[in-house]
Amino acid sequence: MDEVIFDLAQKKVSELNAYLHHDAPGKGRHKITVVNPDGAHNIAVGLDAPLEVDIIGHAGYYAGGMNKRASVVIKGSAGTGVGENMMSGTVHVQGFASNGAGASAHGGLLIIDGDAGLRCGISLKGGDIVVGGSVGSFSAFMAQAGRMVICGDAGDALGDSLYEAVLYVKGNIKSLGADARIETMSEADHAAVAELLQQAGLNHATGDFRRIASKRELYHWNADANQEY
Amino acid sequence: MCGIVGLLVKTPALRARLGELMVPMLIGMTERGPDSAGLAVFTEPLTDGARKISLYSGLIEDDERFDWQDMARELKARLGIDATLETVGNHAILGVDADAETVKHWLAEHYPGLFILSTGKSIDLYKDIGTPAEVAKRYAFGKLKGSHLVGHTRMATESAVTPDRAHPFTAGEDFCLVHNGSLSNPNGIRRKLEPRGIHFDTDNDTEAACRFLEWRLREGDDLETALKKGFEELDGFYTFLMGTKDALALIRDPFACKPAVVAETDDYVAIASEFRSLAHLPGIKEANVFEPAPEEMYVWKI
Repeated sequence: MDEVIFDLAQKKVSELNAYLHHDAPGKGRHKITVVNPDGAHNIAVGLDAPLEVDIIGHAGYYAGGMNKRASVVIKGSAGTGVGENMMSGTVHVQGFASNGAGASAHGGLLIIDGDAGLRCGISLKGGDIVVGGSVGSFSAFMAQAGRMVICGDAGDALGDSLYEAVLYVKGNIKSLGADARIETMSEADHAAVAELLQQAGLNHATGDFRRIASKRELYHWNADANQEY
Repeated sequence: MCGIVGLLVKTPALRARLGELMVPMLIGMTERGPDSAGLAVFTEPLTDGARKISLYSGLIEDDERFDWQDMARELKARLGIDATLETVGNHAILGVDADAETVKHWLAEHYPGLFILSTGKSIDLYKDIGTPAEVAKRYAFGKLKGSHLVGHTRMATESAVTPDRAHPFTAGEDFCLVHNGSLSNPNGIRRKLEPRGIHFDTDNDTEAACRFLEWRLREGDDLETALKKGFEELDGFYTFLMGTKDALALIRDPFACKPAVVAETDDYVAIASEFRSLAHLPGIKEANVFEPAPEEMYVWKI
């Protein structure tokens, strides 16, 4: 496969993104390799074509954000908001990810091999997230749809005010957020975890995971609850 | 928004290159803090009894024309104190082998507009308004030598853009603090400290955190205990980076809204708000890069 190399020590992120938006989609299948990302913001955001983008090094804020159809691999860590608002495709962080990873992703798959920071999957709207390590506090806050598989531990207030997203956690949960509860794993849950782990290239027994979903008690205002939820 | 940088070199040979390695770190944080910049550098400590005082004349009309030599002559004539001077424009480091408090009282009385930036055996402090590149050039940051430093680029949110409200803030001796974030109870902290005779220079929220932590250290807390009390007392959003005569310390609030990333090699520990300020450092590709966790204390000793 042909390869195009973008050296961000020589070129601006805006030039890279212009290439990815306007030139690359018509060029047929080829790999785009980004070297010297050096923590720059907005690398490979807003893609809308089945492109393959490899970023060699540490990416800054919002890498792979708003992704549609493309496959973005970060061979390093990612800053705040990696894969945020993704619609489809995959974003794969081979190191750790900072806060707000996969925030409000509507579709696609975000894979983080290492740990994710706070608020991972906040307001998730249908995307899938697999974290090989642990996630920080307030992860999956108000997550509406989609799935999260967490192979390590979860911080405080996991799944606070959760809607219909489903979380699977292998390690310890420091605390669950309001309206989140642990539920029994069904056959469908085992199959979902197995499928997501397989897509992420991770090897864990699905029986080690617990399912967290909404109690749905916050869905309607309860006059008898006296504001005590 | 603001930018924070810190660098502590473990290899003594790198001390001569401290400023040179730091300048791109500071400039890398320009987008996070374009209105003011500053840094505190910790040098080989002076011998017992000797102190150095960093001074700034930019708040008085003379500014860069201020006659530092004349001030030193007056100090000798009036108080009989010999002083050494290192000056760059509106900045001077006054070295004295005398009680620093006596000198500072005399300065406050006779040169009331002169701003005292820092006091100690090891700390030199520079800060001013302007972009990080301008401030770095103004004071030749690239030539600074020392074991560790703390730097800051400011985008003001909590108080006006003036040189005295730029960071680092300092209190007591050989202690400084920089802050990315905003505190919600700085006035409560002030009301607690002022009756104890602790004087504030500005209305800035970060100054409250700086004076609180230095007060705890002066009361006998070790750094870890002081920081623990900081978690209890200081409310708001913060990543704090502090410098003492022999250490850098970092804490983040429980919500970790304000970023921080650390790169460590055998030669150095480098801290910045974002990785883009670390990307140029030697050996960075092999460095252990990690994000410090909220509510954890990180202390690196020289």
